[in-house]
Amino acid sequence: MRKGLLLMVTLIGLGLALSPAAGAANDVIRLGFPIPLTGENPDVGASSKNAAEMYLKQVPTVVVAGKTYALKFVYEDNEFKAESAVKAITKLITEEEVLGVIGPQASAQAVPAGEVANNYATPMISPWSTNPNTTLNRPYVFRGCFLDPFQGPVAANFATEEFGAKKAAVLYDIASDYPKGLAEFFKQAFEKIHGPGAVVAFESFTTGDKDFSAQMANIVASGADILFTPQYYSEVPLIVRAAKENGFSKPIMGSDSWGSGDLMGLCGDDCKGLFFSTHYAAAGAQGATKAFIDQYSAAYGKTPDDVAALTWDSLGLMIQAIQNTGGLSGDIKADRTKVKDALAAIKDYPGITGKMTFTPEGDPIKCAVVVKINDQGQFAFHKSVCP
Amino acid sequence: MNLNFFMQNLINALQWGSFYALIALGYSMVYSILMLFNFAHGDIFMVGAYIGLGVSLVLLKIVGSGAAALVPGWVVLVATILISMFLTAFVGIIVERVGYRPLRDAPRASAAITGLMIGIILETSNILFLGGQRLAFPQLIESQTYNLGGVFITNKKIMIVLVSIGLMTTLHQFVTRSRWGMAMRAMAYDFVVVPLVGVPLNTIAVMTFAIGSALAAAAGILFGLAYPVLDPYMGVSFGWKAFVAAILGGRGSIMGACIAGFMLGFIEIMTVPGIQIVNRLFELNIGSNLRDLIAYSIVLAILVFRPHGLFGEPYSAKLRL
Repeated sequence: MRKGLLLMVTLIGLGLALSPAAGAANDVIRLGFPIPLTGENPDVGASSKNAAEMYLKQVPTVVVAGKTYALKFVYEDNEFKAESAVKAITKLITEEEVLGVIGPQASAQAVPAGEVANNYATPMISPWSTNPNTTLNRPYVFRGCFLDPFQGPVAANFATEEFGAKKAAVLYDIASDYPKGLAEFFKQAFEKIHGPGAVVAFESFTTGDKDFSAQMANIVASGADILFTPQYYSEVPLIVRAAKENGFSKPIMGSDSWGSGDLMGLCGDDCKGLFFSTHYAAAGAQGATKAFIDQYSAAYGKTPDDVAALTWDSLGLMIQAIQNTGGLSGDIKADRTKVKDALAAIKDYPGITGKMTFTPEGDPIKCAVVVKINDQGQFAFHKSVCP
Repeated sequence: MNLNFFMQNLINALQWGSFYALIALGYSMVYSILMLFNFAHGDIFMVGAYIGLGVSLVLLKIVGSGAAALVPGWVVLVATILISMFLTAFVGIIVERVGYRPLRDAPRASAAITGLMIGIILETSNILFLGGQRLAFPQLIESQTYNLGGVFITNKKIMIVLVSIGLMTTLHQFVTRSRWGMAMRAMAYDFVVVPLVGVPLNTIAVMTFAIGSALAAAAGILFGLAYPVLDPYMGVSFGWKAFVAAILGGRGSIMGACIAGFMLGFIEIMTVPGIQIVNRLFELNIGSNLRDLIAYSIVLAILVFRPHGLFGEPYSAKLRL
């Protein structure tokens, strides 16, 4: 009994000594990660944590204006829930006194957490959230990925550069928000390059349609050089098939929705050789991206997904901003604002998912990756396309 | 609209109409015998497609695929169609036994909703057993696209249209020439009196459901070849549209259901280039997504002028040819 008590007291004492609040020295930079370690989508949390741990191993200390700081990461579980995300980020900011926050990942948590970060004037980067509201009117909140509408210009530029397309066709589901929005953004961007009327066929259907032969006959007759179809993986095989059967032999291109789900299982050989834009591609990557993928695969035994890659870049951005502040004062509140200003001022940060510069809204202007589906059915890096 | 463009759409319409026609037959036959519509029929089409998927995967496992296959792909396809038609016929028989026979003397409305309920049961059991994700239908024969002077046609399209017409002709022969066919026609004429002279109503009803379901299974497999993504709800809107074809053809008319099925396919497909022409003439901006709205308004207009359908007669639902 006495032994047990002694052990407990020792443990508590040890805990206090090691606990971050007690030892909050000036030469430590603390960053918080409100990520889903449990809950519906623990894979997202695991990828984020893996990337962060790998970063920490590689960059254990940071030099800011001649002074060396040790990096320390604090992970808080947001359980993939909005309420927990608010709790987690509040704890990180108020109790753990982090300088900046990386995460949450999904928009459902990033939107409410962004509100908290902005209220506490703490810089936050959500690596993976694509919802415009995450950063909207929140000067302290940034993101690591591009927004949905951005892919329209990307596809338009790619079609123009890669295939020399002058006339384009679009086939999209008018009853679904994402395809409809993207189809319109593509049309705007393509007609901006090639003049009004350059989208010669703007064909629509409604969710659940299976037969696209009539629309495809129109598209073939329109003489388009390329077909853009921002649809989901379950519709793409049918569209591609309809194109083949109606004699459309021009390139077909899509957006990041192609990459979700089992596209190749449903589409098979028909989809090989087609293109789509997305955040990042593991197969066929080069340079720093390849180095990251190799290290990650060696450390964790799997290919990093887009969450891991975007977390890596967001972390890199945050560290870069901290270094750019030109010295930390030790007053956490003042330093947070300094970091925010430095983040907003970053130009052409060389990330593994592309070069990044933030807009005043905190969304990165970055290049998208265009993926080619190769003969093995992998999504291989083809080209980086900038807006 | 030039000739090539028209021909291209016509070919597409023939394929699309084949599915409507095959499924509409099932509605029409059941109606003529039992005076009720089997609203689960669209889902039996879905079940047929999934059974076809299972059968073809098993067969491919046995005979192998690709260059190492023991038999060519079309043999597997024919076997898949025949086995699946046989198996799906039993699904139809079970539906009749469970959903319709106990309610034969019940009010019409009750018998009508059993079909809806069985349909939902079939959809949800599919999700229960297979998890609800989309499945790819194996492409048993190599797809070939032929370019006939600017009109593109595939071997599958030709096959689908020929097999459908073949099945319809076989059914026609069966109903007109065989003793069982005669019994069906007699039952369609009067299902109260004819059993009194020794024709068993239950046997005929079972046979009708079996044949209708087998045709739906054939349609399901052909559909899988043309549109190789299967989902548990694929039969819902398809079933409704085939039902429209059955009514449009004239309730109880086999020939009517076939012709109306092809006609419906034609109207649906041709509406899209039609919209384009209207857009060009009047400088409008109507989207192709209004296809169904326009197509079914046309069907409605036809029914206003021919309320009994193309081949229907007033106050008659007997099985006609």
